[in-house]
This record gives sequence, structure tokens and C-alpha cells, in this order.
Amino acid sequence: MSADIMTLLLKALGETLRMVAMSMVFASAVGIPLGVLLVTTARHGILECMPINKFLAAVVNALRSIPFIILMVAIIPLTRALVGTAIGTTAAIVPLTLASIPFIGRQVETSLNEVPYGIVEAALSMGATPLQIIWRVYLPEAMPSIVAQLTTVVIALVGESAMAGAIGGGGLGDLAIRYGYQRFRPDVMLATIVVLIVLVQAIQFIGNTIAKKLNKK
Amino acid sequence: MIELRNIEKTFDGADGAVTALRGINLTIGTGEIYGIIGLSGAGKSTLIRCVNMLERPTRGEVIIDGEDMTKLSASELRRARKNIGMIFQHFNLLSSANVYDNVAFPLRLDNVGESEIRERVMPLLSLVGLDDKAHHYPSQLSGGQKQRVGIARALASNPKVLLSDEATSALDPQTTKAILSLILDINKKLGITVIVITHEMQVIKDICDKVAVISGGVIAEEGSVLDVFTSPRQPITKEFISVIMPNELPIEFRGKEISSDPVAGAKLLVRLMFIGDSADEPVIAALIRNYPIDVSILSGNIDHIKDTPYGRLLIGMTGEQSAIDEAMAFLQSKDIRIEVIGYVS
Ligand SMILES: Nc1ncnc2c1ncn2[C@@H]1O[C@H](COP(=O)(O)OP(=O)(O)OP(=O)(O)O)[C@@H](O)[C@H]1O
Ligand SMILES: [Mg+2]
Repeated sequence: MSADIMTLLLKALGETLRMVAMSMVFASAVGIPLGVLLVTTARHGILECMPINKFLAAVVNALRSIPFIILMVAIIPLTRALVGTAIGTTAAIVPLTLASIPFIGRQVETSLNEVPYGIVEAALSMGATPLQIIWRVYLPEAMPSIVAQLTTVVIALVGESAMAGAIGGGGLGDLAIRYGYQRFRPDVMLATIVVLIVLVQAIQFIGNTIAKKLNKK
Repeated sequence: MIELRNIEKTFDGADGAVTALRGINLTIGTGEIYGIIGLSGAGKSTLIRCVNMLERPTRGEVIIDGEDMTKLSASELRRARKNIGMIFQHFNLLSSANVYDNVAFPLRLDNVGESEIRERVMPLLSLVGLDDKAHHYPSQLSGGQKQRVGIARALASNPKVLLSDEATSALDPQTTKAILSLILDINKKLGITVIVITHEMQVIKDICDKVAVISGGVIAEEGSVLDVFTSPRQPITKEFISVIMPNELPIEFRGKEISSDPVAGAKLLVRLMFIGDSADEPVIAALIRNYPIDVSILSGNIDHIKDTPYGRLLIGMTGEQSAIDEAMAFLQSKDIRIEVIGYVS
């Protein structure tokens, strides 16, 4: 493999990692609290409030029903307003984040619902506040499962970031399309696919390792 | 200490309302171990959960230390709950925290300093016999050890009341004994008031001072354990007692006709119950020595109700009717409980 392909690959990998990491951070910052609210405001939850719960669930479902490629195009005006452009790695972070928020919300909801309600009740019986129950019961108890679920989200983001790349976002997807497809360079195509496979394997491995380390069950 | 006044609880279930409690009145004294026994679905859990408002009674008052729990605001209730420890059938420990951190949990809720937490947690761990397990996670413990952690955690905030909802139901008989004696021990050492929910009469017999039998959301029978055991009134109570103290006659008498009127040459079966000091009295020896009758001992056992020794004896008497009558009069003059079963031949 020639040196120029290596350079291209490394640059593209860097861009992909940047898109995935930034989107993940922003999406988690909103998605994790969203998941917590979905669980705690539900019926018999510690902050039961059905109107809020139904509203959040509806928003999540609506966002999740839009295919990523359409969402990305549909929110171009929003992306422009936020980052000044609709093209490039930074611009891609906006739709990637928006698409991941409801995904993370649902994944975290699933994880939190796995926490036996008896433990929550034990904390209630000790006079814990709802916030204390969230911080000291729900999140630590669900953490191994949350990490496993978020690993899935990161992997999905790698795929979506490649799609974002295809419309000028940069990254591995962009490289594969521009060189591998449009310039008939099967070697670049192959190299990109190999890098993607290794990347996903690595993410899964790291996720599994952390989840296992956290799990005391 | 604890007074439940006219507690009613109705759940709005998916298929209509379910009334779990229909007017419960109970008074529980300071330092007592109060047992509540009932069959599955009787409303026991609902009742004990009403004490610390995990379940809000539909009607009625829960007075603890002069304070009506049903009238407290959310923050007052949280403060009041720190005075009431609770242990559970399935322990409900944090799986992500080790033994030490589980016991420290209620203290951390109050932002108690780490050194003070240490001073509180370590003695509790030795009280429950887990000093060497502080850094183990719940998954590394046996059921009995988990319940010990649950007990230590429930005691961490120095509560005046301990609620136990089927705390031994998931444990084997030996472990159950050990946990019960720990609860008894804690009750004696700390003077804490304990409410014990169970479906096993053995639990009541081993540690409780008083008992209420609950059935269909009402209290069927209530009183000191000694009284309820020795003279149960309700069929359901008798049923519970018979599980641990079989009332069956020895096999040779089963299916035979039993007559309540004297039958010449027949054997009069009598069950005798000795409670407390009367258990030491040599009544049978006196019976044989003083009356011209034959006495055979058909079955007998000695047991304890909490700390009180308690013996049961089934005897058969044969002889002249007049001698039997005199012997019965003698027995009745003694401080023992007598149940005449009848004459069999
Ligand atoms: N949250 C609830 N919603 C609806 N019905 C309930 C609820 N909790 C309890 N019940 C009903 O109330 C009745 C009493 O239940 P409870 O759990 O108090 O019984 P229990 O005596 O503790 O039984 P067990 O020995 O099986 O634990 C039952 O008929 C039960 O189905
Ligand atoms: Mg129950």
C-alpha cells in the first residue's frame, strides 16, 4: 500500500473518530438524562408524571422514525444556523447528535428498567430523595448495562458518520466513496473497509471490557 | 410506639379495584417484637408497607412516636423514614456496592463524614458477624449473609423501629434460625421495636412477643404469642399452629370412634399443656402415685415459645370411672391446660 493511501486513511480515520466522539459526547449529555426521565416519570416511577412521560416518548418515537439520511438533509437549515455551514466534519456532528439522542434515551431507559424496583424501594424506605435515587441507585446499578448499550450506539454512529461523509462530511465514508467508488480505486475501498471492521471490533472490545469490569453481579 | 388506626387500602388494579386492607387496628409497644402472620395475599406486605408509607393507606392513620405518618409532607416523610429501618425478603442490596458501602448507604444520604461512617459501619458489621466481609460484593455472599448486610444497613441510621417483610422466607431453616436469633439479639441490645411479617408460625413462636393473624385484609385474632398458642380461637389460627405442633392422635387411635361419654373399660385420652414454671412440676408422677389408675404416655414434647418453656403431653387413663373422675379433678386443680379428647376402646 502506498504512503499516500496511508496518509488519506489516517486523516479519514481521524475525522471519523472526531465525528463519532463529539456526537457521542453531546448526544449522551442529552440522551442519558432523557433516559432517566423516561424511567422516573413513568407510572409508579419515583417522579411519576404521565404528561411529561407521554410527551418525551412521543418526541423520541418521532425522531427515531426518521431515517438518518433524511434527517440529515431535513435539518440542513438548523445545521447552518448552529455551525455556519452544512458541509464538513463539524457540520456532520449536528445530525449525528440529533439522531443519537433518542437512541441513547431508549437504550438508557432499557438499562434503568433492569434495576430491580426492590432496590429503589429500599432506598425510598431509607429516606432517599429522587435525585439521590437517580445518582446513587439507578445510575451505578445500571452502569454495566448502560456501557454495553452505549457501545451499540457508538458503533451505529460509525455507520451513520460514513453516511454523513458521503455528503461531504469527510471521514472514512467520504474516502471510500470519493476514491474507492468515484475514482475506481478498489485498493482504497478495501483498505477503508478493513479499517472500519477493525474500528468496530475495537469499539466492541473496549465496551465489553469496561462493562465487564463494572459488573459486580 | 406504633398505632395503626382503621387502616384501609384499596388498589386500583387493571381489572377493577382490589381491597387489600379493610380496617386494621393495631397497637405496638416500644421494644416489642410484633408478628403479623397470614396466608399469601392476606395483606401482610401491604400492611407493613403502610407503616413507612411505601404504600399510602386509602383511609386511616399511622401514628409513630406520636406523629401521623399519613399527614407528613414529602420531606418530613423522608426524615421520619430514617427512624424506621426495613429488611426485605430479597434483601434489595446494591449489587454495584460492596458490603461496607451498602451499610454506609443510608449515612451517605445524609452526607455524614467518612470517618464517622467508618465508626458506625464497622461495629454494625461485627454486630451482624460480617467484619471480614466488608469488601465483598453481594454476589459473593450467601443468602443469610446478604440478609445480615440488609439488617446492618437497616440499623445504620439508628432507627427506633425495624420492619421485616418475610426476611427469612428465602432462607433455609438453619439460616432462618440464625437470622431470627440475630433479630432477637438486636431487639434486646438496642431495645428497637420490631414488626415481623411472616407466613410461618415457627417465626412467630421463636421471636415474637405478640401476634396478629391477618386474613382477607382484617385481623382475625390478636394477642400475646403465649395466649394465642395455648388457646387459639379462630380456625385459621389453629391451622397455623397445627403446622408446627401437630394435633394428630398417635396412629393406633386414628379412625377409631371417640366418645365424650364414659365407656366402661375404655381409655380416656387427655392432652396436657405445661407452660412456664408448671413445666417443672411432677404432675404425672403424682397422678400415678395417688390414684388407682393406669396412665400411659402416648406422646409428648417440650418446646419454647420465645423464652418460655412449654410442654405437651398426650396421656391415656384407664381404671374405675370414679378414680378417673378424681384424677381429672386433680389435674384440673393444677396450673396446666387440659384438653379432654374422649374415650376410646
Ligand atoms: N400494587 C398493587 N396493585 C394491585 N393489587 C395489589 C398491589 N399490591 C398488592 N395487591 C393485592 O392486595 C392483596 C394483598 O397483597 P399483599 O402483597 O399485601 O399480600 P401478602 O399477605 O403480603 O401476600 P404474600 O404472602 O404472598 O406476600 C392481594 O390480593 C394483592 O393482589
Ligand atoms: Mg408479601
